[in-house]
Amino acid sequence: MAEKMELNEIEVWDGNHAAAQALRQAQVDVVAAYPITPSTPIVEGYGAFMANGYIDGEFVMVESEHAAMSGCVGASAAGGRVATATSSQGFMLMIEVLYQASGMRLPIVLNVVNRAVASPLNVRGDHGDMYAGRDSGWIQLDAFNAQEVYDLNLCAFKIGEDINVRLPVMVHQDGFTTSHTAQNIRPLSDDEAYAFVGDFKPVDEMLDFSKAVTYGAQTEEDWHYEHKAKQHRALMDSYTVIDRVFEEFEKKTGREYKRLETYMMDDAEVAIVALGATVETCILAAKQLREEEGIKAGVVAPRCIRPFPFNEMRDVLANVKAVATLDHSAPMGAMGMLYNEVAGAMVSTQDRPLITNFIYGLGGRDFSINEAKRIFREQKGHADVGYITTEIQQFSGLRGPKLGFYEMKRS
Amino acid sequence: MAITSIKNLKEFSTNNERLEGAHLLCPGCAHSMIVRELLNCTDDNLVVATNTGCLEVSTAVYPYTSWDTSWIHIGFENAATAAAGAEAMYKARKRKGTLKDPDAPVKFVAFGGDGSTYDIGFQWLSGAVERGHDFTYICLDNENYANTGGQRSSATPTGAHTSTAQAGRVSYGKKQKKKDMVAIMAAHGAPYVAQLSPNKWKSMAKGFQKALETEGPCFINTVSACTTEWKFDPKDTIHVTDLATDSLMFPIYEIINGTELNILYRPKNIIPVEEYLAAQGRYRHLFKPENRHVIDMIQKEVNEKWEYLQRREEARV
Ligand SMILES: Cc1ncc(C[n+]2csc(CCOP(=O)(O)OP(=O)(O)O)c2C)c(N)n1
Ligand code: SF4
Ligand SMILES: [Mg+2]
Repeated sequence: MAEKMELNEIEVWDGNHAAAQALRQAQVDVVAAYPITPSTPIVEGYGAFMANGYIDGEFVMVESEHAAMSGCVGASAAGGRVATATSSQGFMLMIEVLYQASGMRLPIVLNVVNRAVASPLNVRGDHGDMYAGRDSGWIQLDAFNAQEVYDLNLCAFKIGEDINVRLPVMVHQDGFTTSHTAQNIRPLSDDEAYAFVGDFKPVDEMLDFSKAVTYGAQTEEDWHYEHKAKQHRALMDSYTVIDRVFEEFEKKTGREYKRLETYMMDDAEVAIVALGATVETCILAAKQLREEEGIKAGVVAPRCIRPFPFNEMRDVLANVKAVATLDHSAPMGAMGMLYNEVAGAMVSTQDRPLITNFIYGLGGRDFSINEAKRIFREQKGHADVGYITTEIQQFSGLRGPKLGFYEMKRS
Repeated sequence: MAITSIKNLKEFSTNNERLEGAHLLCPGCAHSMIVRELLNCTDDNLVVATNTGCLEVSTAVYPYTSWDTSWIHIGFENAATAAAGAEAMYKARKRKGTLKDPDAPVKFVAFGGDGSTYDIGFQWLSGAVERGHDFTYICLDNENYANTGGQRSSATPTGAHTSTAQAGRVSYGKKQKKKDMVAIMAAHGAPYVAQLSPNKWKSMAKGFQKALETEGPCFINTVSACTTEWKFDPKDTIHVTDLATDSLMFPIYEIINGTELNILYRPKNIIPVEEYLAAQGRYRHLFKPENRHVIDMIQKEVNEKWEYLQRREEARV
């Protein structure tokens, strides 16, 4: 039996350690992993637990991230709890297997410590890797700080392994900003945490030889479409389980999570939609603007990137006049992902808001409270005149001449 | 470990039907002979991982499966890691007491074509063997990417025609040598490595059994004659394979713990490689006068390799 760890009511952990602790408490059966900055401390932390008798499961340090996810798939199909962690280039190398894992409906938990994607090579945080995963068929949960990393990891197992879901789950956190910044964390005890996650319930496991199972079959035009449609449906429908798990978690800890987090949105006239640690920057900016300038600013943040909370987004932005969507990833020839999803959610509403798109902070460039305030003010300007006075897509905090694309067509 | 008797081929061939005859491999394909020998040579439970390739696309086409055992295919390159992951899960669950039948013996096996083994999946195999997972990897070596229509692999021998190393007016087919995968896997320190062939079915079954019984990662390269891409009549699979082993194009041997080499088959009459080459369409162009030197070159290399194997066997190093 693995030894239990005595934890204080309040621990000082960074996002990486919070993830490693959650994996330990969930009593993961197999972790197959490969190191990459800034997620390395997750596997190192787990390795330290392993070396000191806190882990009963297997810890397989493979030779690449592709192999890490491949090992996770093999292990998961063999009927146990599986998790790993990666970032950036490692995530990109995993992508083939991410699709295979979700296509086989294997509830693996992947911690993605978000980092920019080369070239140029960069170890700092942006959401290039997170965005590359958005069509891979995984549930994607986003943590904005270390406490949330811990909490969402425990929830992730419970969501993904639910018999009505059976899908893999990513838990995202921002490289360095969250992963390497220590904060006060309130963990559950080992027993409480495990009781919350529950025992793993094998489904069609390869180690039950009373019936043969085939994983990873071939389908062509006769069945592929139906498989993929069914998988999409499972992902779309998973929100009921996500909501239920978040509710159970709140009951246990008092910490509330929603698929779409909203801050100061009750009377908001202008809003920012953002992801990751930036959400906290935007909340501070909104608070200051309300106090200092009387601008009714609010913040909306998808906790759940996939399945995307379309209904909730539509409803929360229904009475807002102007919205800025903030994308922390190079859009490369299109509008940013958040712009597209928000516009998609709003396009069918009567009085849809004016929606702009800001690309920001690529490769870890700082995004300040002042810049968030400037963006809010700009939206307020759009709201007052009733149209978008700037280009719809702008690059925030870019050196050199201003960069912007695409304008509103006014009758 | 439940070993099956391999005295009588007829009996042996009907033992443990774990690969249904209803599959889509070409008539005369050696892949299924090799796979069936593996499945039949043990009564233990099997978890089988398979790389993308002819075997995989022909045996698990939804809503059907030919596999009456636990089976998984992930991608073209990662069957070794799929088996390794499953093996790790087995260990973890055994320790934690969560297996349904904790006492039932289980073996982990991965199959890959030469394309997935010698080329695209090389790293995954190397990693899994280095880590020492308890599994057996079997390469179905038909010396080309058969599933995608016969392109070259690093297992394609010198002089063979493939669709991406073609014989033509100014080319005699593949220029490079075949990669020596057996030596590479032996150099990993794998406890059991061998090259086996389905025409020598007893030594193949014994080799498989040895691999399954040996704790740790074992690697076996098997000769898998491909009627479609080697271009011979489907009824001649075993005949062509006989020519392969008797010309020593495919010597049959094992290497234990990376050092102890044993030759498992010594042809009574060694035949010239020319006879083996002449039996297959993929070498037809070598018989043009301007390409005769290639046949000589192949013969020379075969002789040298045989000499080398014999010396190593003698030297026990
Ligand atoms: C990543 C990736 N690259 C390429 C392919 C296409 N592909 C599928 S099978 C195959 C060749 C298989 O050759 P081999 O491993 O020798 O098996 P065989 O079909 O000859 O038994 C190729 C190139 C693929 N499925 N995945
Ligand atoms: S192409 Fe070759 S390897 Fe593939 S099924 Fe046919 S004979 Fe077998
Ligand atoms: Mg092949």
